Amino acid sequence: MAAKTKAMTETRKPVVVVDDVRITYKVFAGGRRATRGAAGGGLFSKRVGLREVHAIKGVSFTIFEGESIGVIGSNGSGKSSLMRAIAGLTPVTKGAVYSSARPTLLGVGAVLMPNLSGEKNILLGGLAMGFSRPQMVESTKAITEFAGLEEFIDLPMRTYSSGMSARLRFAIAASRDHDILIVDEALAVGDQEFRNRSEARMREMRDNAGTLFLVSHSLKSILDTCTRVLWIEKGELIMDGEPKAVVDAYNEHTGSSTID
Amino acid sequence: MSLADYARQHGLKRVGARPEFLEYLAQAWSRRDFAFTLSLFANQAANARNRLGRWWVLLLPTIQAMVYGLIFGIIMGSSRPDNFIPFLFTGVFLFSYFAGSFQSGASSVTGNVGLVRSLSFPRMLLPISAVMRQFFNLLPQLGLLLVALVLFQQDITWGWLALFPILFLMTMFAFGLAMVAARLTVHIQDLTKIIPFMVRVVFYTSGIFFSMERVLGDFPIVLQIMQFNPAYAFIELSRGALIEGHEMTGFLWAVCSSWAVGALLLGVLFFWKAEERYGRED
Repeated sequence: MAAKTKAMTETRKPVVVVDDVRITYKVFAGGRRATRGAAGGGLFSKRVGLREVHAIKGVSFTIFEGESIGVIGSNGSGKSSLMRAIAGLTPVTKGAVYSSARPTLLGVGAVLMPNLSGEKNILLGGLAMGFSRPQMVESTKAITEFAGLEEFIDLPMRTYSSGMSARLRFAIAASRDHDILIVDEALAVGDQEFRNRSEARMREMRDNAGTLFLVSHSLKSILDTCTRVLWIEKGELIMDGEPKAVVDAYNEHTGSSTID
Repeated sequence: MSLADYARQHGLKRVGARPEFLEYLAQAWSRRDFAFTLSLFANQAANARNRLGRWWVLLLPTIQAMVYGLIFGIIMGSSRPDNFIPFLFTGVFLFSYFAGSFQSGASSVTGNVGLVRSLSFPRMLLPISAVMRQFFNLLPQLGLLLVALVLFQQDITWGWLALFPILFLMTMFAFGLAMVAARLTVHIQDLTKIIPFMVRVVFYTSGIFFSMERVLGDFPIVLQIMQFNPAYAFIELSRGALIEGHEMTGFLWAVCSSWAVGALLLGVLFFWKAEERYGRED
């Protein structure tokens, strides 16, 4: 199933092409990100004391129609950076990402407006994704039910547990079919029942000719859902291929490195 | 064949590429409901934890106007401009529209990192939404202003209708201002520290609580130059529409229209140019 040979790449239609992508973050030597409140370098000397961190060091691959991609790798390996770059949310430092449609990213910790109720966040998130108000009004009930938050939907989102808000965010994103959906660990905090429901929904989307990226530390989810797996380590693509083979190699790697 | 050529050959587009200018405007227009809803909800969220809730929208400007009226009324003594209360209210309320647009515009991208990093939409909607929010806050203040006018002038004139085109021009100007501020703070976060001072300086030099003609009467050249100060021009034009003894001169209309069109054009172009930059962490 996996695209290993060049010959196969000619026959199927590519959906996402990642061309030698490099992502570099500039971080203060003290460890703080060069954003709000950390600008101790002053107006003109902002680069003084900065350290460059190479999150992604030249990754290339091509994703074809109908594939669903699992992405694995240890914490801090650059998986999320790469996914944000594919979604166009983090500009790449070098290289480029090409896609047939605008990918939608579903990541962790992206609460829209914590002081607003879940219902209002549903509307706002939908409008930002480009849906119309009548469309969102229509699907609000279904989203609420999918997330299993009927009792809490009128409470401000800041009162939700991390699992609850992750469920709501997934439900908002999954309410419509996306051509390309990236799910970045968004289900890690959900309970087992919700995880089953959301995996079923992801398979459904994949079967509707959607392309799915799933970043997860649950190798079982990856094996259940994906047709191809990318293994990223320290910003480099270590392995790319058939799920079983990549997961086995990854297990061997992590197993040996933890024993040492 | 390189990967880039391969991608182009199959009709793939570069992700995150800045759209053409007109296409960008069209995308922003098609999601205008998002900007509108965001501004409404942001206002609600800001007041959600206060006991008096949205009443603060009216209470705050009233208290502000009373404080300014009392303090400036006493300080200025006999050199107060005629019709002082309507004069002051017009100045303070309309200036707060500009100041608010500038300040909330400046933090509209940097302060909404969560939205920027999780959803893709034309980022221009953020400063636009910030200005809309200020506009909704201005409406009750305008109501208060009109009540004060009736109380102090006991007269309602046709000139009040001129407030509609004036507000339209002011909003164009505010959009431009907010977009310029939004991009600048993305490049230089430190600006957020300076902006309050910039706003103060303009507040004290734009004839909000004193009559420019009286203070600068001996320096006609300086007075001439100050006529081009947009804050002064817009406020003076509004006073011309509302307050007896002030005139809406053709010159003021020309200055305000130029500022409105110029600021909006500059702001939109300037903001669009850096569209790919928003959300990057450096």
